[in-house]
Amino acid sequence: MMLDLLWLVPALPLAGFLVLVLGRGSLPRPVVAAVGVGSVGVAALIALLVAIAFLSAPPPGSAYTQVLWTWVDVGGFAPQAALYLDPLSLVMMLVITIVGFLIHLYSSEFMADDEGYGRFFAYMNLFVAAMLVLVLADDLLFLYLGWEGVGLCSYLLIGFWYRDPANGYAARKAFVVTRVGDTALIIGLFLLFATLGTLDIQELMQRAEQQWPPASGFAVAAAALLLGGALGKSAQLPLQTWLPDAMAGPTPVSALIHAATMVTAGVYLIARTHVLFELAPIVQSAVAIIGALTLLLAGFSALAQSDIKRILAYSTISQIGYMFLALGAGAWSAAIFHFMTHAFFKALLFLAAGAVILSLHHEHDIFRMGGLKERLPVVYWSFLIGSASLASLPLVTAGFYSKEMILWETWASGSAGGVLWAAGLIGAFITAVYIFRAVFIVFFGEAKTAIGHRPGYVMIVPLVVLSVFSVIGGFVELPPSLGHVPLFSELLAPSLPRDLAPEPAAGAQLVLLLVTSAVSLLGIYVAYRRFLQDARPFEAAAGAPAATTLQRLWFEGWGFDRLYDRLFVRPFMRTAQANRNDVVDAFYEGVALANRSLHHLLSWTQTGRVRWYAAGIAAGAAGVVALAVYG
Amino acid sequence: MEAAFYIAAAVAVFATLMVITRLNAVHALLYLIVSLLAVAVIFFVLGAPFAAALEVIIYAGAIVVLFIFVVMLLNLGEAAVAQERSWLNPRLWAGPALLSLILLIELAYLMLAGPEEVVTSTTPTGPKEVGIVLFGPYLLAVELAAMLLLAALVGAYHLAQRDERDGGL
Amino acid sequence: MAVLPTEYGLLLAALLFALGLLGVLVRRNIIFMLMSVEIMLNAAGLAFIVAGARWGQADGQIMFILILTLAAAEVAVGLALILQMYHRLATLDADAVSGMRG
Repeated sequence: MMLDLLWLVPALPLAGFLVLVLGRGSLPRPVVAAVGVGSVGVAALIALLVAIAFLSAPPPGSAYTQVLWTWVDVGGFAPQAALYLDPLSLVMMLVITIVGFLIHLYSSEFMADDEGYGRFFAYMNLFVAAMLVLVLADDLLFLYLGWEGVGLCSYLLIGFWYRDPANGYAARKAFVVTRVGDTALIIGLFLLFATLGTLDIQELMQRAEQQWPPASGFAVAAAALLLGGALGKSAQLPLQTWLPDAMAGPTPVSALIHAATMVTAGVYLIARTHVLFELAPIVQSAVAIIGALTLLLAGFSALAQSDIKRILAYSTISQIGYMFLALGAGAWSAAIFHFMTHAFFKALLFLAAGAVILSLHHEHDIFRMGGLKERLPVVYWSFLIGSASLASLPLVTAGFYSKEMILWETWASGSAGGVLWAAGLIGAFITAVYIFRAVFIVFFGEAKTAIGHRPGYVMIVPLVVLSVFSVIGGFVELPPSLGHVPLFSELLAPSLPRDLAPEPAAGAQLVLLLVTSAVSLLGIYVAYRRFLQDARPFEAAAGAPAATTLQRLWFEGWGFDRLYDRLFVRPFMRTAQANRNDVVDAFYEGVALANRSLHHLLSWTQTGRVRWYAAGIAAGAAGVVALAVYG
Repeated sequence: MEAAFYIAAAVAVFATLMVITRLNAVHALLYLIVSLLAVAVIFFVLGAPFAAALEVIIYAGAIVVLFIFVVMLLNLGEAAVAQERSWLNPRLWAGPALLSLILLIELAYLMLAGPEEVVTSTTPTGPKEVGIVLFGPYLLAVELAAMLLLAALVGAYHLAQRDERDGGL
Repeated sequence: MAVLPTEYGLLLAALLFALGLLGVLVRRNIIFMLMSVEIMLNAAGLAFIVAGARWGQADGQIMFILILTLAAAEVAVGLALILQMYHRLATLDADAVSGMRG
């Protein structure tokens, strides 16, 4: 059966990793590239075959489990390492392998001059393997293994150019901040196991539904802890500070890990354990609120950045905020839909930005770029298509359909739907502004830096493929007012609950659609006026003092780094300094000291005089005899 | 016959007291001889003539004589007596006397605690009986004693050597 | 034909032993210390003889012989050491040989 090949999908990249690790330094570059890119490529192929088999002949319950082995068997706790394939994990798997393959292909040329070529592909393969384990895991323990694995690879790849201490710092920052989330996650896992007795996800969902009444303490606690884990990995408020700094890694890393896949692990986790969140409406509302706040915060920050990758980083935070908003509003499949389209256009944007950076000799500052429209045409069109998708240009882009779906389902959800929708709408406006700001500044105007390396075929093919996806990827789910093609949500129906209980009227939906379209076009127009027509785009309004303060605040990501420094880092460092001599050690030192003192005391009895020793013997004898007499 | 025992015991105790309180080494040694002779008398009274003879011949006759030889060899003289006087002040006796007293009392208690015993000396155990037992069951002990004496001989010879070179015995 | 309680003999031995011990503890001159040790050994021998007489066996005397042998050997070696000490340190003070102090 084709589905039996499922285990190969995570296994092949893992094998690639092992080959590259063992042969590191001694394998020639073409071989390294073949192994690194090929392993993910073959995995993508097999994933496609598995998908075709799954869709053409769905297994019972639309779920297929493949048990690999049993981890441990201790006192009734016998977790198995098993892969679970249902529509949700199928979608995730396809996106990870296909987008991953394209990025690997791209990086075989991008990283060609780097001395750590083999190391790079080893880490990337390990990452893909870990991510696939994460999405295909049957139980939360196995998922956590993948979770930790991607965290590790993120650290390794952010700090890839380790010779620069700043990169190491960024890697450590990423690791520590996500660690905070991971701790919450593991506590949540402990709680779930302690109360429900299993970590197998489907089992868990059933037992939770049976045993926990809605809004019970356990459900809220468990959901909140899982949310904590998701916040760390997905860089949402308050743990979003690591992602902009993570841009210190090579661009393909940013594309794969910090745009398309790892940062969406939180979204996947929440979607997977949706039962828990439905049992804890408070937490689900919190998800939505956090999503809304984050998307606004990050959007404003993206407006003020000058490093092209940081713009895209903040954009990622913002778009994941949209996904969280959807999850919180109960628009489950909308969130996954947006994940898919986001993976396409964000990876595209990063790869195109990477091509720009590479051709301008690793220049990141957009104000030193310019006039690349004619000189790098393929890159320009890729970036433009990606930006259009991000800004949800109406009708022709994938991003439009997914963002539209989120917005109107948010509007139609509960009482606060309107407020959240408004936040999403403002976010859409700002998105259009900041991304087209980048487009106009980077590609239009006069050239400020000379072109060096032109991207070759190996880099252009992924750009083209992703551009195509960014356009047609949305056509699998058309909203009711435009033909109502619910292919995607139908696909995900077995895995996720229905998005909306009663479908609102097509008329209301059409109005909302028009509003969204208008907003995005308005944003593009504003950017055009401000950044293309205006002679000196940046310095003009920057003269006003308020604008400068606001701009600085947004540039620093709303001052979160400084806040955390004051709140956590400095007190910790102060305590560590105060405990320099290790208070606990004093106890052991005390033991040694007591010993020495006792020794010193007793050495006074060693006078060296014979009579003294004789007296000692006599006294001892008297004592012993006394004992014998009276004892 | 018991009177002999008591008188000899008194002499022995007195002589021993003298030994430990004298300032002149030779005087002390002479008192020691007296003490040993008194003890020999006690042995005789107790029916151990052979032991009494040995006490006189070996203990008083050889060991103490050895002591006297060494004392003469050291040629101590008046300075030594003065030194002894300075070293022996009455206050010094308090602690050790107490300790010895305690030990003595304990031993006495132990000894007097058992049932009444009597000793007879009807058949003195003569040299013949001692010889038979000595070279019978205690043969090994004899051999060991011989080896001990050999070791003492060699050791004494070696330890008393005067080395003209620096350091080292 | 003497009839003597054994305790008296042992008491005498204990008394002599205690006196010998006193001598060891008090005297500073090493020769006197050695003499006092001899007294103690003699007292131990006396105790053995008394015990042997009580049981009417020769074993007490045998032990006494062995003790005697021991005392002889010990005096020989001890006096040799005293000579050596006098040769090196020009004194017979027992407190002078406190090199093992501490």
